[in-house]
Amino acid sequence: MGGWLAALVLVVPMLSAGATTLAHAAPRLQARLSLAGAFALLAVSVALLAVVLSDGMVVLQSGNWAAPFGIAFAVDTLGAVMTVIAAVTGVACLAFGLGEIGETERRAWFHPLSHVLLLGVCGAFLTGDLFNLYVWFEVMLIASFGLMTVGGTKAQIDGAVKYVALNLVATLMFLLAVALIYGLTGTLNFADIARSVPAVANTGVLTAAATLLLAAFGMKAAVFPLFFWLPAAYHTPLVSVSAVFAGLLTKVGVYALIRAFTLLFTHDPDWTHTLLLWIAGLTMVTGVLGAAAQSEMRRILSWHIISQIGYMVMGLALATPLGIVGSVFYLVHHIIVKANLFLIAGVAARLTGSMELKRIGGLYRSAPWLGVLFFIPAFSLAGFPPLSGFWAKLVLVRAALEIGSWWIAAAALVTGLLTIYSMTKIWGEAFWKPHPAGEAAARPLAEAPPAMLAPIAALAAGTVVIGLFAQPFYVVAERAARELLDPAAYIATVLGEVR
Amino acid sequence: MELPLVLLIGLLTAVATWLMLSRNLIRLLLGFAVLGNAVNLAIFVSGRLTRDAPPLVPLDAETITGAFANPLPQALVLTAIVIGFGLLAFALVLAWVAYERLGTVRTDEMRVAEPPEEKA
Repeated sequence: MGGWLAALVLVVPMLSAGATTLAHAAPRLQARLSLAGAFALLAVSVALLAVVLSDGMVVLQSGNWAAPFGIAFAVDTLGAVMTVIAAVTGVACLAFGLGEIGETERRAWFHPLSHVLLLGVCGAFLTGDLFNLYVWFEVMLIASFGLMTVGGTKAQIDGAVKYVALNLVATLMFLLAVALIYGLTGTLNFADIARSVPAVANTGVLTAAATLLLAAFGMKAAVFPLFFWLPAAYHTPLVSVSAVFAGLLTKVGVYALIRAFTLLFTHDPDWTHTLLLWIAGLTMVTGVLGAAAQSEMRRILSWHIISQIGYMVMGLALATPLGIVGSVFYLVHHIIVKANLFLIAGVAARLTGSMELKRIGGLYRSAPWLGVLFFIPAFSLAGFPPLSGFWAKLVLVRAALEIGSWWIAAAALVTGLLTIYSMTKIWGEAFWKPHPAGEAAARPLAEAPPAMLAPIAALAAGTVVIGLFAQPFYVVAERAARELLDPAAYIATVLGEVR
Repeated sequence: MELPLVLLIGLLTAVATWLMLSRNLIRLLLGFAVLGNAVNLAIFVSGRLTRDAPPLVPLDAETITGAFANPLPQALVLTAIVIGFGLLAFALVLAWVAYERLGTVRTDEMRVAEPPEEKA
């Protein structure tokens, strides 16, 4: 049952990509198929999460080749949660896309590429094999390259050049790390690597491989000092594309970091986890300071992605149960909030004519409800109670204080404070200030297509629900953390099926 | 057999690093192609090298005995070559489009997405 569901999570986006490609000549049919495919993915991923929560980890040995000889898919709580969140983001951004994209973008294969992207992301969350992870990363990457340039504007080409260049380097670093790990342990299966790592005599090379993986995943996650491609690129594509990227893609890097440094490389925490903690602190602070210097909505938000990545890495670096709980909770909260902020910025730009804060204003007068919708994710991002971001930050800061890491706790709190500064800047400039081109230049909310507003309202509702009813989400995050900190159970479940 | 290959990997990596430090987009992509080959060779060597012993099970036996070449790295390298080829093809087209639209292949002159002076 569980194995079939895990396979379906990959088959559904594959079929959606195929169906939307075949329906390319029929725009309405293509749009329907695309949205239906996204909802189908959401349904199967929720079913998979339900199975994982009730029956424990799901292992799928592809082609019935038992691990470690075949390619295993191993779905623990974290993997299942992440696929659900990926599907939620997919539904929201594809729905938004229906209101946003024109015929040119549709002709540039927006729908098929989006589903291939979701396929790559879900594959990365489910796989239990290092080389297979590399392949899913590439699936995701090539689709994201296509999506990034879907409009074909100068700025998009410019942004894409930097995005592509940095990702090509990261890809090769990842591949080199795979080579080293295979040379040292003779296996590529996560569980088998984790079992073999303690027996590896050449720990120097092992740490080198771990550091290469850290750099490769860190580049995808946009941590300090490898983040420069992100603010250069994320404000250029379509809003629905940049929302998926902002919500999901960097988090795949964080997921891979969590997987690598809880399961595979715990042999030298003095080096790897200390390094991670420094990276976390510097990522938080540089990200939030970079945002303070910007005046374009999506560029401000892009810098905030970087600073928020720091929080997730912080929980991982603390490596205590509470720290990992914080990271997982933060991942879930952040994907929803960040994707929503990008979508809201898209609507704000549509109503006022620009993303540039200096050139817009008057939204509070013309579209007060957009202000309410903006408030929810913005203050959740900054960590205001009772929204989701408050609980995420509370858990992380408490985890840091428990083991006496005062300075990282301080960095987290200061970053939260500076986040409010950026959010009030967007609020003051885009909403409160009168529009520089006169009052009539800010349009009422009714002029935005419902397809754009529905996902924003739904994601905002999600943020409020996570905030007000945090307990069930916390319980799931705690369970994910417990599994992550007990690699022995993971290893036994994956390899135990060898008969 | 390992040593000459390892030296070659080192040489290719050095060449690729030098190429990729260039501000010229085409050189960067050439560097990516060279580095890709270096990494593929590294995967190949990491599987240990066995000469003149294809991993074929004899007709009258169930398993292979004795030394035989490790087939897994070859499969991995093949996959990596295909993926690398696809990425390089996309990147070259992107470089061409960038040259057409932006009029340059020098990365430090590509400032459309991040204009140099924003405080107008």
